[in-house]
Amino acid sequence: MTTTKTPSTAKPPTAPWRTSISERWNNLSRFQQWVILIPVVVLIFALPWLNPPILTTEPGYDFSIAMFDVARYCLIAIGLNVVVGQAGLLDLGYVGFFAIGAYVAALFTSPDSTLWKIPYLAAVPLAMAITMVFGIILGSPTLRLRGDYLAIVTLGFGEMVRLFADNVDALRGNRGFSNIGAPPGTRENGEPLFVNFDGKPWYVLCVAVIIIVLILAGNLERSRVGRAWVAIRDDEDAAELMGVPTFKFKIWAFVIGAAIGGLSGALYAGQQGFMNNQKFDVLTSVLFLAAVILGGSGNKVGVLLGAFVVAYVPLRFLSIAEWKFMIFGVALTILMIFRPQGLLGARQRLLAYGRQAYQRLVGRGEMVSSDTAMSAEKGGLMNGGSGAPK
Amino acid sequence: MTEKNKNEPAPGGIVAEVAQMTEVELREHEAEVADVVATDREFAVGQGETLLEMDNVTMRFGGLVALDGVSFDIKRGEILGLIGPNGAGKTTCFNAMTGVYRPTSGQVLLEGKPLGKTTKHKITRKGIARTFQNIRLFDEMTALENVVVGTDARHKTSVVGALLRLPRHFAEEKAAVEKAMALLEFVGIADRAGDKAKNLPYGYQRRLEIARALATEPKLLCLDEPAAGFNPAEKDELMELIRKIRDDGFTVLLIEHDMRLVMGVTDRIVVLEFGKKIAEGTPEEIRNDKAVIAAYLGVPDDDVA
Ligand SMILES: Nc1ncnc2c1ncn2[C@@H]1O[C@H](COP(=O)(O)OP(=O)(O)OP(=O)(O)O)[C@@H](O)[C@H]1O
Ligand SMILES: [Mg+2]
Repeated sequence: MTTTKTPSTAKPPTAPWRTSISERWNNLSRFQQWVILIPVVVLIFALPWLNPPILTTEPGYDFSIAMFDVARYCLIAIGLNVVVGQAGLLDLGYVGFFAIGAYVAALFTSPDSTLWKIPYLAAVPLAMAITMVFGIILGSPTLRLRGDYLAIVTLGFGEMVRLFADNVDALRGNRGFSNIGAPPGTRENGEPLFVNFDGKPWYVLCVAVIIIVLILAGNLERSRVGRAWVAIRDDEDAAELMGVPTFKFKIWAFVIGAAIGGLSGALYAGQQGFMNNQKFDVLTSVLFLAAVILGGSGNKVGVLLGAFVVAYVPLRFLSIAEWKFMIFGVALTILMIFRPQGLLGARQRLLAYGRQAYQRLVGRGEMVSSDTAMSAEKGGLMNGGSGAPK
Repeated sequence: MTEKNKNEPAPGGIVAEVAQMTEVELREHEAEVADVVATDREFAVGQGETLLEMDNVTMRFGGLVALDGVSFDIKRGEILGLIGPNGAGKTTCFNAMTGVYRPTSGQVLLEGKPLGKTTKHKITRKGIARTFQNIRLFDEMTALENVVVGTDARHKTSVVGALLRLPRHFAEEKAAVEKAMALLEFVGIADRAGDKAKNLPYGYQRRLEIARALATEPKLLCLDEPAAGFNPAEKDELMELIRKIRDDGFTVLLIEHDMRLVMGVTDRIVVLEFGKKIAEGTPEEIRNDKAVIAAYLGVPDDDVA
């Protein structure tokens, strides 16, 4: 063995506490994992009622609404993570899908719109369907582009949606839509359950949606779809040559990301009750992307963490809120220097029967190392074969 | 192939069991593995018939003619060697067969049908799989996952099927993992099944590429310098593996610089020089071919070992 050509077998140093947590978690049985997970989920659902003093954003900002905002960002981050983290497609116009979802909900439920009205709960899937169509429309011509080009075109798409909202009369520009619909339900005192000044029901709804989306996204990850995405991210040409229809799966990543973006837009419009063209600028897109990259793109727990930081910090520390872009910018820059993979590195489990297979074959789980796709050494040591014996 | 990370715990599971097996048990186990590796293969069907035909293929890059009217056949069940000095156009041949490039003129026929404008992933599903001269694995995936991506070429689960975990998804996942595990054993790297591809030793990576290509159930397996960077002992192991692959019913096209390996393992050899085919024949014929000897005299002869 010519050792000079051997790619590093020594693992890059990883934070020992992290490796051990994820390893310990993986060594638990499914049952044990649920025993831990269920109380955690219950606790998360109960957060707006608990209003823990260390977390609270009050008196500056209503805590239940703050928690809904955080949950909304989490949902967005999961959707964007499918596109950016899993399939490796840099999408700078994700806010466009979010906006389309919000506008569909508004157009079909607000009395200010001239369109046919439908119940809010019907408008939500419609919003998803329409954003999916936009995903296909944007994806088909652009997903043949790569890297930088794709980023620029998606950036343009986000701006186009915003300009549409500004300039098309039917979308009512700055005047916006009020009295946007909400799910049905009444309180004991006869008032509607879903109102825009109480974030609790919206929060519970959003967390429930997040859990469903996480399960479905997990299903995709541990299937040929998730594998195709990671293969495309790692080496698109090689993936194609191994029989992966790369274009088709890139479109799917886009469409699924779009659907989740549309869903979160529709939830946002419903909670706000009022919506105009103000919230859909490029910076919002960048903030979404920051959430994904900060937490660790390609890692579901990571992007949830990133979304929490990006959404929560400005609401908790209102005095720094107007500096948030600068603060996140500096934080991201520092992070990218010292930990380019984000707080938690990418790690996906791509096999439905992976646990059993590794156990049977080598008597232990797979080697989970927290280094990632974006790590700097990539490729550097892989040129071994190129020389061929001369 | 024995290089290991010192920090790694010794593997258990099947890998450990295999290490304990007696000669007889080992034989049996290997036969089982070989069975899983080549499940749907119809043995000895149409042996010796033409599988792939390069028909007067010319490949131009600007002014450079990388392939100049190259014609040859690959027969079912054989190991065909493709040799030639550096820059002769060997890899370009692979690229023309697998759809990376479209021939400037001429055509490639698989089982008598021209590939024409068939896209790369469809060519793979039609039955041509390859490895790369510069290793191109999916770095962030484990060895096992890499191989399962290969098996996905034969899968039919839709996105909706995967999303809702319909029965076909489970059936395919289960079969894929079984097959991938057998493939890792077959090429001899099962003990590192759970490691990310980029963390594998070089020799393991080369073998993993072969396993991944075999997972697509190819009719024709194209190996682009699979022994590059290997020492003589490793080359012997690789030769053994290539023979095993052929015995399992696959047809192999092998690019290799090492003459001992090529002469030792191939049934026939095609020689390229400056994009032209200069000779074709059995190893014995090629060894004594004047044009071939002349072609190789021009290059530093550590190639002609
Ligand atoms: N995409 C390309 N564009 C331009 N020239 C190319 C391209 N691909 C290959 N070539 C040229 O075609 C010729 C044949 O290259 P090829 O890679 O097929 O050689 P090879 O026989 O595989 O050599 P080696 O033994 O070094 O791998 C070389 O001169 C190479 O520079
Ligand atoms: Mg070559």
